[in-house]
Amino acid sequence: MTVLGGGVIGLSVAWYAARAGFPVTVVDHASPHGGSWVAGGMLAPITEAWPGDEDVLALGVESLALWPGFAEDLDVPLNRTGTLALATDPADNEVLDQLHAYLTRMGRSATRVTRRELRALEPGLGPTVRSGLSVPGDLSVDNRALLDALRAACRHYDVHFTEDAEPPTAVSGVTVIAAGAWSRDLHPALRNVIRPVKGEILRLTARPGTLPPPRHTIRAHVSGRPVYLVPRTDGLVLGATQHETGFDADVTVGAVRDLLRDAETVWPAVAEYALAETSAGFRSGSPDNMPVIDWLAPDVIAATGHHRNGLLLAPVTARRVLSLLREGAPPREGGDS
Amino acid sequence: MDDPLIIAGREFGSRLIMGTGGAANLSVLERALVESGTELTTVAMRRLDSSGGGVLDLLRSLGISVLPNTAGCRGAAEAVLTARLAREALDTDWVKLEVVADEQTLLPDPIELLDAAERLVDDGFTVLPYTNDDPVLARRLEDVGCAAVMPLGSPIGTGLGIRNPHNIELIVARASVPVILDAGIGTASDAALAMELGCSAVLLATAVTRAQDPVRMAAAMRAAVEAGRLAKSAGRIPQRFWAHASSPAPDA
Repeated sequence: MTVLGGGVIGLSVAWYAARAGFPVTVVDHASPHGGSWVAGGMLAPITEAWPGDEDVLALGVESLALWPGFAEDLDVPLNRTGTLALATDPADNEVLDQLHAYLTRMGRSATRVTRRELRALEPGLGPTVRSGLSVPGDLSVDNRALLDALRAACRHYDVHFTEDAEPPTAVSGVTVIAAGAWSRDLHPALRNVIRPVKGEILRLTARPGTLPPPRHTIRAHVSGRPVYLVPRTDGLVLGATQHETGFDADVTVGAVRDLLRDAETVWPAVAEYALAETSAGFRSGSPDNMPVIDWLAPDVIAATGHHRNGLLLAPVTARRVLSLLREGAPPREGGDS
Repeated sequence: MDDPLIIAGREFGSRLIMGTGGAANLSVLERALVESGTELTTVAMRRLDSSGGGVLDLLRSLGISVLPNTAGCRGAAEAVLTARLAREALDTDWVKLEVVADEQTLLPDPIELLDAAERLVDDGFTVLPYTNDDPVLARRLEDVGCAAVMPLGSPIGTGLGIRNPHNIELIVARASVPVILDAGIGTASDAALAMELGCSAVLLATAVTRAQDPVRMAAAMRAAVEAGRLAKSAGRIPQRFWAHASSPAPDA
């Protein structure tokens, strides 16, 4: 079989399939704008929840439960400290109240915490933080270490890597389309379903004498603008903007300004960090934010449209694709794409 | 009752103009737009993907006319350039003109706005300016040839409603183009009030897209705009200080 795309979804699918005995080739152009290379690495379905995205929440929670085993098989460390969602003004505080009420209705646990409790958990938080929501079950992972580990695991099972996409018709066996935002151009059935959703993101490294990064993943609303800080051993990942402007890969001045300003409100010490990288990536958007994981044709499977949740949904996606492969294509052409 | 909204000679059956920002996902946005009954929806030219699968495709598939806007522009030069790009990309000479003074208030910069409006009108655009609730500025915008004026109820995204209803009435009283209440709507009563003050239409986005149930809020806004319009044309009773029995007096 051939997997088109060497991001987290493509590699996870390739690894699972190869481990199950399928001969696998991964076609990967290694774009510097691939969603999983640029991503922050939050595995945080709970704080990502919002009315209207119930299916995404359910699938995310299902995948989150698979993550500890997935990471252990790959020997990739997880940060298990959890997420703190913060508010910095009264309206943002109300948004957290709404999120909390919604999560409670959905049967998900999250604890409302006061400013004092927050600063006990994370003394480096800025003084204007008002209150928060603590979600201890959320995880995070170093996305680039994960991609390295997935490639190593694929090689261990003799997955072949190439940059040259052979024409799909010439390939015998099944093709899995896992090319993120670029998937829309790889099959007509994805043409008006998948769209690129641009995100700009910064990587900051701590310097001698600076406060170390937070232990938790920090998500905040600063005057209505969402921002997140995902800790790494040497610093943090600061994200992210969200625009729908096609495949525009520029990092704009305004994006960097907004992200830094809002991050400084939440975690003032970032001003002394080194600005190590600015990057833009493309999430693969779908109409309902749910991934498309299904047969598109008798020899084509789609595994794309993961939007903001590619890393989180990698285990559940790989598992579903493997079961599609084992069941084989549905007898009639088409599937329900 | 056939009571179309007419802007620059074009008729619209709905008096609710929508924006698209803020929805959880495109499916929710689609259902909210359908429920709102809108026939005209504004999209930020700077946040536009014309290559397929996005908001633009969605509007086209729903048969909703696209009104490009210049959100994010900080001066007349930027706004004029953005409007021209929109005209090329979307094949429409309609533009919702936004020129904001700063990021924190997003209030219109009146001087830059008027300058940009005049230049765009001269360039053949149908200009719908997002303006302050200033009757003088509204008048000046009409004087330079804008096809409508769109005063704010309160700053964008605040949901603070209509903070100076009298100014809106003043703008309506002197306008000979449609007055569209733009920005600040938080809930249905705000939209109804705008129509009762004599506005021809209401433009809103966040109030629907960020509501806990956007589809239901869209239905509420549609009903509110219709109710406000009906009430305005029905002729309300005078407000009295003392009670006045509605049943006839004994000797009447």
